[in-house]
Amino acid sequence: MNKTAVKMTVNGQAVEGQVEPRLLLIHFLRENLGLTGPHVGCETSHCGACTVDLDGTSIKSCTVFAVQAEGASITTIEGMANADGTLSALQEGFMQEHGLQCGFCTPGMIMRAHRLLQENRDPSDDEIRMGLSGNLCRCTGYQNIVKAVRYAADKLNGRQEAAE
Amino acid sequence: MIPGTFEYHRPGSLDEAVTLLTKFGDEGRMIAGGHSLVPMMKLRLAVPEHLIDLGHVESLQGIEITGQSIEIGAMTTQHDLIASDSLVETCPLLREAALTIADPQVRYRGTIGGNVANGDPGNDMPAVMQSLGASYVLHGPSGTRQVAARAFYEAAYFTAREDDEILTAINIPVPAPGHGFAYEKLKRKVGDYAIAAAAVVLTMDGGTCDSAAIALTNVGDTPIHAEAMGESLVGTAVDDGAIAKAVAAAKAAASPAADLRGPRDYRAHAAGVMAGRAIKRALARVKT
Ligand SMILES: Cc1cc2nc3c(=O)[nH]c(=O)nc-3n(C[C@H](O)[C@H](O)[C@H](O)COP(=O)(O)OP(=O)(O)OC[C@H]3O[C@@H](n4cnc5c(N)ncnc54)[C@H](O)[C@@H]3O)c2cc1C
Ligand code: FES
Ligand code: FES
Repeated sequence: MNKTAVKMTVNGQAVEGQVEPRLLLIHFLRENLGLTGPHVGCETSHCGACTVDLDGTSIKSCTVFAVQAEGASITTIEGMANADGTLSALQEGFMQEHGLQCGFCTPGMIMRAHRLLQENRDPSDDEIRMGLSGNLCRCTGYQNIVKAVRYAADKLNGRQEAAE
Repeated sequence: MIPGTFEYHRPGSLDEAVTLLTKFGDEGRMIAGGHSLVPMMKLRLAVPEHLIDLGHVESLQGIEITGQSIEIGAMTTQHDLIASDSLVETCPLLREAALTIADPQVRYRGTIGGNVANGDPGNDMPAVMQSLGASYVLHGPSGTRQVAARAFYEAAYFTAREDDEILTAINIPVPAPGHGFAYEKLKRKVGDYAIAAAAVVLTMDGGTCDSAAIALTNVGDTPIHAEAMGESLVGTAVDDGAIAKAVAAAKAAASPAADLRGPRDYRAHAAGVMAGRAIKRALARVKT
């Protein structure tokens, strides 16, 4: 099978590979690059567990071919912690507010919430719910996920001290 | 859920894309956002041998608004439509409809061109374009032509587009200032295609309706622009009696299949309810 060369930047690092054109981006990230944070949930573009950030958009990486990401800049959950290794506001929010139980949906939730907060620094609870409407969680009932994002928004807007 | 094998092509210009399409004929397929096509490829319902990525053709991007018309490049995403303030000012129906499509992630990738060219009766933008009187610009080896959205859809997945033509842009006549508009969509949950949906655009002169267009989504093989529905409102005050007639016309025009979204009668009834709600909301939004 003919392979195609791809180059992209993932979590700030230049990466390249020779891939079959049919290789989905989620598999490139997980299998070729060993980034297993983005999860494969439904494989049918519904659950959002595979969400990563691509050139300033949140995408479901199970529905994009790796070759379509040529030249793109991608961030996965592995690239979300602060430079000094401490947790980002969103990650801290999910921990403090119990925004996860099994954790399967969490990388996708955090990546989607990250882009939401970039576009809308201070969303209402309704806007958070609609903003995360492409991400399914089978455990939490969503309430604590909304609280986790609210926590991060509060912190980013200077309304709250870091958790003790 | 792994698609079949194919060769991937990344044309940098429209001419290059047309050349590739012509060369590969039946074996070639364009990919825009991929959010209808990739799921079909995973199910092997689509098995193109050559995939032609329109993502790097610059001339297919962008929204241009001039005095009389709005031109939207085929590769403009649903997210771009929602984010464009100038578009919301001139034609707010587009944002309202785009927000009913799928979820944020899908809207970052899904394009307006792919949505209207796809030919799936579940797609929302075709009926919206019909209600706005839009036309599609098609570019192929023998040149460029325009086809009205109201004449474009022939059957599920069959349209007036030839295999070697690319839908490059959508032209929408700028709706009259103060026009009323609404898109009402009944769905089971966020991210679902419509059980039934209705797009309405209308204008009033004093207390009398002087133009009205209604089109329906997902209650037939194609989007349905039923002239009788719109015409029944023209010349009336859009009072309860006139709305009831338009609703009856919408129900009569709908011929949905029974599927997991419900039986035939229910979906036809829903089409009427959506049409009625959309008319009322459009009327309430008219500014004189
Ligand atoms: C979970 C989910 C939910 C969804 N819900 C909805 C919904 O509620 N309503 C809705 O309307 N859509 C929905 N969609 C579909 C989504 O909006 C698609 O993105 C859209 O229908 C197609 O746009 P695309 O750019 O992804 O096209 P692609 O998938 O790339 O292409 C679709 C088809 O159109 C052809 N094509 C693409 N561009 C052109 C062009 N410029 N000229 C000629 N042919 C072209 C392709 O060859 C292909 O056959 C949903 C998708 C998903 C994954
Ligand atoms: S695995 Fe991609 S959306 Fe579920
Ligand atoms: S925490 Fe288990 S799926 Fe969300």
